[in-house]
Amino acid sequence: MTADRSTTPPPPAVDPACDVVQLLTPEGLRIEHPDYPLEISPEELRSLYRDLALVRRFDTEATALQRQGELGIWASLLGQEAAQIGSGRAMQPDDMAFPTYREHGVAWCRGIEPERLLELFRGVNFGGWDPHDYNFGLYTIVIGAQTLHATGYAMGLQRDGAESAVVAYFGDGASSEGDVNEAFIFAASYNAPVVFFLQNNQWAISVPEERQSRIPLFRRAHGFGFPGVRIDGNDVLACLAVTRKALQHAREGQGPFLIEAYTYRMGAHTTSDDPTRYRLASELENWKLRDPIERVKAYLSRNGLADAAFYESIEAEANELAARVRTACLSMPDPKPLDIFNNVYAGGSPLVDQERAFVASYLGDGDGAEVGDATPVLH
Amino acid sequence: MAPIAISRALNMGLRKALEADPKVLIMGEDVGKLGGVFRVTDGLQKDFGEDRVMDTPLAESGIIGTAIGLAMRGYRPICEIQFDGFVFPAYDQIVSQLAKMHYRSQGQTPMPIVIRIPFGGGIGAVEHHSESPEALFAHVAGLKVVACSNAADAYTMIQQAVTSNDPIVFFEPKRRYWEKADVDTTTPLADALPLHQARVVRTGRHVTLLAYGPMVKTCLDAAKVAADEGHELEVVDVRSLSPIDWPTISESVRHTGRCVVVHEAQTFLGLGAELAARVTETCFYDMQAPVLRVGGFATPYPPSRLEEHFLPDLDRVLDAVDRSLSY
Repeated sequence: MTADRSTTPPPPAVDPACDVVQLLTPEGLRIEHPDYPLEISPEELRSLYRDLALVRRFDTEATALQRQGELGIWASLLGQEAAQIGSGRAMQPDDMAFPTYREHGVAWCRGIEPERLLELFRGVNFGGWDPHDYNFGLYTIVIGAQTLHATGYAMGLQRDGAESAVVAYFGDGASSEGDVNEAFIFAASYNAPVVFFLQNNQWAISVPEERQSRIPLFRRAHGFGFPGVRIDGNDVLACLAVTRKALQHAREGQGPFLIEAYTYRMGAHTTSDDPTRYRLASELENWKLRDPIERVKAYLSRNGLADAAFYESIEAEANELAARVRTACLSMPDPKPLDIFNNVYAGGSPLVDQERAFVASYLGDGDGAEVGDATPVLH
Repeated sequence: MAPIAISRALNMGLRKALEADPKVLIMGEDVGKLGGVFRVTDGLQKDFGEDRVMDTPLAESGIIGTAIGLAMRGYRPICEIQFDGFVFPAYDQIVSQLAKMHYRSQGQTPMPIVIRIPFGGGIGAVEHHSESPEALFAHVAGLKVVACSNAADAYTMIQQAVTSNDPIVFFEPKRRYWEKADVDTTTPLADALPLHQARVVRTGRHVTLLAYGPMVKTCLDAAKVAADEGHELEVVDVRSLSPIDWPTISESVRHTGRCVVVHEAQTFLGLGAELAARVTETCFYDMQAPVLRVGGFATPYPPSRLEEHFLPDLDRVLDAVDRSLSY
């Protein structure tokens, strides 16, 4: 007789069916939560709807561009619009965001032109915006690494006496990374003003959240000594209200805060992925009933806050945006060969200079006009 | 001024850096009250406060990762990794994030971060406390790597490293921490030998020895012995392992016609491999012998009772010199 060495853990000790902060139901009914009151005007609601609709349309266009060979890959945000627009709109201009590679909705809220996001995925550069101009870091591909940068940045805000805070974006898969856990420890230890915004979209490519954690992820915060809360990540109002409050908590010197936005990645991980291999179609169908945009539309319509003309105008604007993005993508100039050598070092390097000069010479261009800016330094 | 130990010279250099720029921070494990396990940061937290000299949680990736965030906010962190073998939990942050940040941000986000690492063996330590991982960093584009070999350089180079807007991995020869030398504290930093230049520390005409960190002293000792036998060895302290000061090195080898590279790290794909290849390319017609390498063997760093057989010493250097001269 052998001992039971099953690698399947027993059921969690804590019921994962835990409290979820929700302010707008999937049916579009407004409900109140005692800890997260939210006053929001019809104008703001329509504005949120516009954001949600436009980023979805942009995302759809980007997926199409990838399918047509114009982007190397695309990481779709489909289904996560509310989590991103809600949290993104909760930030003040001086707050800093550290994104993963899927935060297109947050980028939109930070004022970054969507076409700039395509530059990374087209292979033109590694991020076409200056993080300081938008208070939005570059996309980070290595999972979880940016949570430490966010924490360090927040430690800098403390030293500056700044009245702003940081939002660190990551996902359920990243929650298993050492860096995320170290970020929790540093943030807690130094009481850093950082909100950890975890979009639990339930799938780390093909691996379900159950493989990452035996307890609901928001409960991890308790073990690190700071508050954590789970919210309906498809409810833009909950995402807005809770992130706003968490940022206020951080700004007031009360330290880090973990928000687990429970949502669903309705598309593939990226355009290179095939989710039919690892999850059931019924799961997606079920989540379509909790669509983040439809519930806002239902609320607006039910309360007479938007009419057909409004939705038509948004749709027209979305299509204009898509066309603009497409044109920008197709007309994006390729970098020049010698651009490879730009910005390796702030203070330069004789080795890089020498290799640049070699390539300029190899490509047979005397003045470097076509291959880029050559500044040869030979020994 | 009386001769000063390397550890003390580093301490003085760090103090100067903290005084010169309020954005300079020190962070690491035990760097505060204890002053670091080698006392290199002794007294700095007391004088500059806990916000500038930070005892961090015991997490190397966390140290480098948060330093990156602090640098994005305009700070200039100096991170201490306690021992060479403890840097690897931070390797991802160093290689994938720190080294690439300036490049991927198209120059918008410089990373003025210094990572101090006591390196090398010879102190009878347990495993993971005696390694020489410098080639693993010098191979990474976007990093700069230097090693000091004496107290005067330690004092100057650490200050120069802190003023660099590029990330610098700063290797300190831990077995030489207590070696004393005169330190010039009066020459302005701007007039000192630039950080990324090598220095000929002994002139000679028969063989060039290329070394850095702890092996510079070994080579100087070897040169003294060789002189008694009539062989004049030129010793070049490479100092900067990335970028490498090729003009100084090439000039020396063209002059002597022979070259031996000495480092503690395993010779296979070590710095010596790059040095040998490049010296051969640039000095081929002046050379009387192939570049020879003396270094650690293709084994993990051994238990300390065996380290004397692993580490290059005076006799192994002279053996290589003899072989070079025999061509």
